[in-house]
This record gives sequence, C-alpha cells and structure tokens, in this order.
Amino acid sequence: MRTRLTLLLAVATLLGSGCAKKEAALTANSGSNPTPRKVLHFGNGTEPQDIDPAIVTGTPEYRLLQTFSEGLVSEDPDMQIIPGAAERWEISPDGLTYTFHLRADGKWSNGDGVTAQDFVATYERMLNPVLACQYAYMLYNHVVGAKAFYDGKTTDFSTVGLKARDARTLVVTLTQPAPFLLHAMNHYAWYPVHIATVKKFGGLTQRSTAWTRPGNYVGNGPYVLKKWIPNQIIVAERSPTYWDRARVKIDEIDLYPIELADTEERMFRTGQLDVTNEVPLTKLAVYRREHPESVHVDPYNGLYFYRFNVQRKPFDDVRVRRALALAIDRESLVKNVTLADETPAYNFVPQNLLGYRSEHTFKADLTEARRLLAAAGYPDGRGFPRADLLYNTLEKHKTIAEALQQMWVKNLGINITLVNEEWKVYIDDQHSRNFQFQRAGWIADYIDPHVFFDLWETGGGNNDSNWGNAEYDRLLHTALGAPNNPARYAIYQKMEQILIAEMPVLPLFNYTRARLISPRVKGFYSTPLDNYPWKYADLAP
Amino acid sequence: MLRFIARRLLETIPVLFIIVTATFFMIRFVPGGPFTAEKAVTPEVMRNLERAYNLDQPLWRQYAGYLGKVVFHGDLGPSFKYPNRTVNEIIADKLPVSLELGAISLALALAVGLPLGVLAAIKRNTWLDYLCSSVAMIGICVPTFVLGPLLVLTFAIHYGWFNASGWYGPIDRVLPSLTLGCVYAAYVARLTRGGMLEVLNQDYIRTARAKGASEVRVIFRHALRGGLLPVVSFLGPAIAGILTGSFVIETIFQIPGLGREFVNSAFNRDYTLVLGTVILYAALLIGLNLVVDIVQVWLNPKLKFE
Amino acid sequence: MVSLSEKNLPSADVTPDQLEQGSSLWHDAWARLRKNQLAVAGGLVLLVLTLLCVGGPWFSQTYQDQNLDLGATPPGAAHWLGTDTLGRDLFARLLYGGRISIMVGLVATFVALTIGVTYGAVAGFLGGKTDRVMMRIVDIMYALPFTIFVILLMVFMKEPSEKLDGWLRGTLHLEGLQGVGNMVLLFAAIGAVEWLTMARIVRGQVLSIRRMEFIEAARSLGYGRRRIIFRHIIPNVLGPIIVYATLTVPAVMMLEAFLSFLGLGVQPPMSSWGALIKDGAEKMEEFWWLLVFPGSVFSLTLFSLNFLGDGLRDALDVRASND
Repeated sequence: MRTRLTLLLAVATLLGSGCAKKEAALTANSGSNPTPRKVLHFGNGTEPQDIDPAIVTGTPEYRLLQTFSEGLVSEDPDMQIIPGAAERWEISPDGLTYTFHLRADGKWSNGDGVTAQDFVATYERMLNPVLACQYAYMLYNHVVGAKAFYDGKTTDFSTVGLKARDARTLVVTLTQPAPFLLHAMNHYAWYPVHIATVKKFGGLTQRSTAWTRPGNYVGNGPYVLKKWIPNQIIVAERSPTYWDRARVKIDEIDLYPIELADTEERMFRTGQLDVTNEVPLTKLAVYRREHPESVHVDPYNGLYFYRFNVQRKPFDDVRVRRALALAIDRESLVKNVTLADETPAYNFVPQNLLGYRSEHTFKADLTEARRLLAAAGYPDGRGFPRADLLYNTLEKHKTIAEALQQMWVKNLGINITLVNEEWKVYIDDQHSRNFQFQRAGWIADYIDPHVFFDLWETGGGNNDSNWGNAEYDRLLHTALGAPNNPARYAIYQKMEQILIAEMPVLPLFNYTRARLISPRVKGFYSTPLDNYPWKYADLAP
Repeated sequence: MLRFIARRLLETIPVLFIIVTATFFMIRFVPGGPFTAEKAVTPEVMRNLERAYNLDQPLWRQYAGYLGKVVFHGDLGPSFKYPNRTVNEIIADKLPVSLELGAISLALALAVGLPLGVLAAIKRNTWLDYLCSSVAMIGICVPTFVLGPLLVLTFAIHYGWFNASGWYGPIDRVLPSLTLGCVYAAYVARLTRGGMLEVLNQDYIRTARAKGASEVRVIFRHALRGGLLPVVSFLGPAIAGILTGSFVIETIFQIPGLGREFVNSAFNRDYTLVLGTVILYAALLIGLNLVVDIVQVWLNPKLKFE
Repeated sequence: MVSLSEKNLPSADVTPDQLEQGSSLWHDAWARLRKNQLAVAGGLVLLVLTLLCVGGPWFSQTYQDQNLDLGATPPGAAHWLGTDTLGRDLFARLLYGGRISIMVGLVATFVALTIGVTYGAVAGFLGGKTDRVMMRIVDIMYALPFTIFVILLMVFMKEPSEKLDGWLRGTLHLEGLQGVGNMVLLFAAIGAVEWLTMARIVRGQVLSIRRMEFIEAARSLGYGRRRIIFRHIIPNVLGPIIVYATLTVPAVMMLEAFLSFLGLGVQPPMSSWGALIKDGAEKMEEFWWLLVFPGSVFSLTLFSLNFLGDGLRDALDVRASND
C-alpha cells in the first residue's frame, strides 16, 4: 500500500505542473510594451569560463565579450575595420605609432564616459605578471616596452608604449610594424574593462573575483549582462548607454550554453532556439533537403591538418611526408565525410583571406606519391614501420582518421594505427612532441594571413612539429616590414613554396561553420571569426 | 544502535582523509593541467599562472594548504576553469538541481520497480512474470542516451507537450526524470524479483503459509523484508550516484546539475572542483551506506549491530 | 583448530564429499535447467550469437573496407544490414564488434564476479573488525574519481602494454593479437569498479544467513572457514549473484564504450556493440538501421542471458519446490 502511495505521489509530482509549455523561454517580459520585445535565442556552445577579457580563451567567451564590450576598433560583418570606441585614428608613416581618438559619447553601462585612461589602465592590468593573463602576448609582442614590464624588469608603466595623451586620445607605439594590428585589436585582448568595478570586487591582480557577475558587471558594449545562470542561460539586454544604440535592433539576446549539437537541433525544432552553434553532421543533408532556408554554412578562419613530428621515424623523411600528403582524396573527404562544404586545402592558408591568394598549391598525385614512398625505401608500403596517428576523442576526428587510414592502405599500401586520447592528454603529448603524427586544427584569433605563417616559425610556441627553416624565419620578419600588403603577400608566396616543399604538416581542409538559423533572424551569418557584430542583426516580428 | 552509528561516523574521518589524499595526488599525476590548451601558453605566462594559483610550490605544501582550508574553513577553493566562481558556490548552485532530478527519478524507480519485481516473483514463471521481467529488461537494454532523445522526439517534438531541453518550469522535470528513472526502475525490478524468490522458499515463509496467513500478509509482512535485501544493498551506492547527478542526462537535457561537473572537472583538470565533487560524493556515499546497514538490520531481526 | 583439521586432511576430507554432493547438485541442476524451455532457448541464442561472432567474420565482408561514395545505405542484397556513413558493411561490423563486446561482457563480468563475491562473502562471514575495514576499503574505491583512475592507469601502463605488443609483433609474429595489452588494461579498469556493488550485495546476503542453522551446523562440525564460505555460504546466496551478474553484463558493455572515449579498449576502425549503439543513437533519425540492428542484437543477447540466468538460478535453488 505504501508503494502505491509513492507511485501516486510521483505521478502527481510529474504531472502537477500542467501545460506550462513555453514559459520556459524565460523571456524577462517586462509588462505590456506596445511593440513586442525582440528576443533572440542563441546557442552559444560550451559554458563560458568568465567574461573578463584578461581571463578567458575560447570562442563562446569571445562572442560574449563582443556582446558586452567594444574595443577601439571593430569589424563589420564583412570583416572591414570600422570605428569602435575610437571614432578615428592615424597611423604614422613608419607604421610604428597609432593615435586613436575616442568618441565623445562613448559610455560605460553605468553612465561613466569611456576614456583613454580606461584603456591604459586595462592594458596595465593585462600586462601585470601577477594577473597572468594568457593573451598578454597579444600586447607584448607588439608594444614598446610591454615585454619588459610583463617580465617584471620594470614596474614603471610609463616606459610602455601605451599612453593617454588626454581623456580622448590614446597613443600606441610598436616595436616593429604590424600591418594587421587593427584587425588584431578587435580581439578581446584589446578590449577595455571598467577599472573601478574591477577594483571594487577584488582588485586588479586577482583572478578569481565577482566583478563579472550580473549586477556587478559594467561594460561598454551594445548589450548589458542581465542574468547568468551557469550551464543554463545568459541574458543580454540592449544597453541604454551604448553610443550606437540606435543601430541595435534586437532588445534581448538569450545565450544558451549547449554542448551537444543534437540537443541544439532538437531545441531548434521546438522553437526554443533561433540560432544554433552547430549542426549534427548527418542532419545537415536532411535540412538542406527539407528546410534549405534554415541552413547556413559560412567559411571559418581555420585550417584542419595533420602535424608530423619531423624528428620521428618515418616522418623525418620529407618524401614520406609528401607521399602521405599527395595520396589522399580531399574532395571525397569533404564531400562524404566532413559534409559541411569545407574547402579542400592544398596549401597552408585559407584562400582569399583578406585578399591573399596562394599561387602555390600542390595537387593530389598518386603516381608521384608512390614514387616518393619507394624513393624513401618503402616501395608499395613494404617495410613501412608502425606509425601512430594521434587524435583527440571526437566522432568527427575519428571518422576522418578512419577514412584517411583506408585511403593510405589502398593508395600506398601502408597501414597506420589510430590512437585516440582524451583532450588534455593529447594536448600534453602534442606540446611535449610525444607523437609521430597527430590531427590538429588552427583557428586564427584575427583576420590576417600572418597568423598562419607565424605558426611555423622555428621554435614557435605552437609549431610543435620540430620543423624549422632559417630562410622561412627570415622571410616572416621581412614581411612585417613590407611597405604595403601586395609587397607583404609576395613574400608570403615564397614562404608557401617552402612549406609545400617541406610539408611539415599535412593540410586537409579549411573549416566552415554550419548553423541552423531561423528565417525570422535577419542579416545574421557567421563571420570568418565565428563572431558577429550584433548591431547588424534583426528579428522579424 | 547509537554506539554503532557513532563508531561508523568516527570511521568516516580516516576514510574521507584517505579519499581526499588519494584524489589530490592522483589528479596531479595525470598528464595535462588546468592551463593546458591547444594554443600553447608561453612559458612566461605559464610561470605567472602557476604562481597565481600556488602551483609553483612543492606538492606537499599545496596539499597541506588545501587540507587546512577545507578542514578549518570549509573552503573548497576557487575553480580553475570558472575563475569567477568558487567550488562552494558551484556545488551550492548545482547540487539542488541534481537532488531534485534524482529524488523524482528515484521515487519513480521505486514506484515502478518494486511492484514489478514483487509481481514477477509471486507469479513466477507465468506470463505475468515474463511480461514484468521483459518490461524491466527493456529498461536495461535501452541506454539513457537512446531513451532520452526518443522521449524528446516523441513528446517534445512530435506532440509538442514539453520543451526539448532546459530546466525552467516544473514541466521540464518530466522527460529527464522519466529517462533516469527507467534505468533504475529496471534494476530495482530485477533485484526485487531475485531477492523475493530467495525468500519465498525459506522455511519461515512456508511456516507462515502453513499457519494459514493470507498470501498478502505473507508477502508484505514476511517476504518483502528479506526480499528487499539485495535491492537495499544496491540502493546505497545507487542513490549516491543518482542524487549527485547523471552526466548523460544532464548533457542531453541541458540541465545545470552537478553530474556534468563530476565528469567535466576531471577533463578540465579543474583540481579544486574535482576534489570538491569527490568529497561531496564520498560523504554522501558513506552516509548512505551507513543507512543501508541500519536498514539491513531493521529488515532482518536476526542481525545485530556489531 | 579449525584450520588445522583442514590442513591435516586435505584431499581425503574433501574429495568424497565433494564428489557426492557436487555430482548430485550439479546433475540435478542440469536436469532442471534442461526442462526450462526459456532458459534453454536463451542459452541456444547466446551460443549461436557467440559462434556467429567468432566464426562469422571469416565469411562476411570486412569491417574496415569503405565506400565513401556509397555512404549510408539501408539494408539490401549487397549489404544485409545496410552500411554506415563511411559505406562499411554493418553486418560485418556487428560480428566483429560482437567479439569485443561478448568477450568484454563475459570476461569483465567474471572478473568482477570473482572478486566481488569472494570479497563480499569473506567480509560478511567474518564480520566484526575485518568486515568494517573491508567495507571501508570498498567505500574508498567507490569514491575515487574513475576517469582519473583510468587515465592514470593508461599513462603508467602505456610502456608495458606497448612492449607486449612489440613482443607479439616482433617475436611471435602474431599481429592479430596486437592490442592485447590494451585489452588487459580494459579488464583491469572495468574490474576495478564493477566488483564493488557486487561485494556489497553479497555481503548483505551473507550477513543475513550467517547465523542460520545450517551454517552453525557446519561450524560445529569443525569445517574450515574457507570451506564454509565456498561450500555453504556462496551457494546459498547464488540467486542475487546471478541476477546482479546479468545486470553487470550490459553495464560493462556500455562502460567499454565510455572507456574507448579515454582511448582505452578497441581501436578504430574496429568497433564494439557499445560504440555502434552510441554511433547509431546519434544518427537514428536519418539512418535507423544503424541503431536498430546493433540495439536488437544487444537486447537479444541481454534477454537470452537473462532467461538463462533466471533458469540457472531456479535450477540451482536447492530449496525450490517443484511447482
């Protein structure tokens, strides 16, 4: 009898709530507005770590920071530089001094004016070694004196080339020309923080503080942080103080941290989401067939590749590396396996990145691949030693590796072994170069071909292939001093020739970003940084 | 009995101490750390990061510092992965969610599993038994990552009765609890049937029957007590697991519970959060196993607290 | 004194008794089991499935050959159960995967069973301080974070495991046996967790019967502890053990899929039932066969195992009335 009672109770609990459907959307409906509020429901990937630009490192965080704050300059949806907190700027002829003029109506969300001093104080905090900001190098790689300050050689910030001439003029002095600096400045490493708020909730050098909580947080972006329930929702509300607020059309953005693409897709179907972060691969074809209006696939500024360890057998032999690179059918891989219109990569930089087009690409060439392999001492793959391909555990990486494994068996007669590891173990093995060859990806932090060349500098922090080439390094630095972009790009062409001849990594394809977007969302798409300036988006009623 | 409980609680202290110590050192020997990232952190930055979190100190000193804070201040430290939250806050935020989901699922599991199991045992080897057993078996054969999406597809997307995921209103509790409850219901049903069968042939049951006690009385007064033993043993750890959340279900249904933190904190190498969740789970588990041992004595008068 | 008598008369004491008791017990059980049609059917299905998985791959297609242009196709003449998204034959993958899953399911369950039953029975029978210490050890093992344990296990055992592989490949030329080291680790990892609940259940049952008359009788006869535990205690708690063992098999098969996430267990392109079901679950709306067939085989196995288990339980139940 007791059991029956429990049963009844359970059923009552389950059904007691009635049909509260859709109250779930949690729209903070503030009463009876004459015009309906425009609320965008957005899938934002994993749970963000924080929204302090000095702390975070990921893409979901990037999107949030762009929602709640704004740098000196900004980018429009076509990645052209547009004014941000600065209304105009001048660059000295030698490319070393940038003078930014802040706009008069720039305001923080608490009504304070945005000043040049705010930026300087933010950068001082960013470069403070005690805070240990992971992106500090975005500043100290370029700015005069910043490295010395970061290394603690001086504690006098006036030695650093970041100065407020007056409340509305900021001067940045560089150690060497950086033609991509404005694009790099749209990265959150350059975004300002409201120093008084940071000080109030724990201080400038404290990593764990509550200043980024709702209620505490003060930003200068198009939206303000209204609510943040971890692993559930972040509510961003239109800022009443943002200088360009007239242009902001969506009243509220609800950002949902959802890890599973399948969950997102189901939420999209019930109307809980307007924009998803991803699309489950097998669903893409279905949506293309049945709801083509909802599918959006845009290029993404990144390269998917396999990295060789050029000091480990058999990949110490450039012929083996080239043979593997030439013996796979990237078109088939993209069409049948990765499925999201990725561009097969036959070079090392996404094509047409800020006007850069590589003239030097390689081709899939089976005869040449077999010749190279034979020349390396493995005719038809005979005697090829055990070669482990390391990848981190993810369905997509596994499928790609399985497909390539079979292509190499068929085309070259070599049987590689697939080894998967949990993410951090895999990264640890990568950085300690404890692998033969591994799957890898590189997503650029800002738009410029330089990002992809910088990667392969000898001993570079993210090179990890043990590959190095003195001529390549020399060209990399010469390029930065080039008088204009065409001259710079000409040098990059030479560098790609070196990469193709040496093949330290095996390029596979350039990423794309696939999303489901409800037709009621207007003017929204993924930019190559997987980012979007919200003020250009709108919602149909 | 009070002495028994007091002694057990006293035993908890060294047990918890061993668990915390072992976990603290285990996680430090796992490759990768909280700041291991695809974009390599430069050596200068890494040094500063380690200093900021005292990771540059000798391991024993970090351990002593951690233990001191936990024991004397109840402070589980800041999270490495989510710097603007402390481990205490994360647990305080998320445990209630997991507790609620777990409690509903557990009630459901017992409400369905126990009757199914008892019925199957009484009507042993009849079509009713096969029916009950088969229903239970389906619960075991269909993993949560299949059942959850199936329920969503049917009731949220096809019929439109529920949200596909989320944890907002009471209505959002239905599908996740059903999914989680089904698995445990199946386990409970199987174990109940097995346990009841053991007991139904015991001499004392035969005696009771021979004395003319009604079948209902035999079952509920006599058989159920002994028959529930395996279920009760199973439920100790199972409840600890169910109350601290289910990774799969919380991920599928986008529920802000603690279950995800158990798994993700290990993957993120969020040292403090790993330790915090382990301490919580250990305390719960030890407590529940104590309850189980008490219930076992209560179910079986022949046992004594010893 | 108790242990003395056992040491003095090892074989002379045990053998006749064992023969007499053992033969009749097992003989009767076998006879009863054979009469149970469901159990027989379950056993037969299991046998057929196992034979298919062991022998089948020799006449089916290969599990790794791909046809990227073909992609996922529904069941048909060329591929009986269809193909997966890489155009691989699902039937072949199921058979090969079954080898892994059945082996993992049986071996790991057996490991868990052996450790758990012995441990639980000893703790329950001895009681007192020994029991308390043994059960607190179980509590500790329960609470340690499993993911971290597995990663550590792999890191520290990587070298020995690779050495074993190298030896198999180099010295013995048994390339087919590669990955044995990895499989042993897999069993160790699964065994390390799955025995815990079993031990608790067995201990609970043993506690409930250790004061019963027949145990007291065995004690008064001066039987050794080991003999009482293995000959008198365990046979009398077999019911819950069998039931829980049949519940452990699916849990273990699914755990294997999780462990392969950590890089432990089968290496692609080889698969297992757990992995196939996981994969199929993600694609069930588009390619139903990828979930339905692996799921059916998995369920069929579990149902059979279960009926066989129930039959076994009934057959071994010495007190069972013949109704």
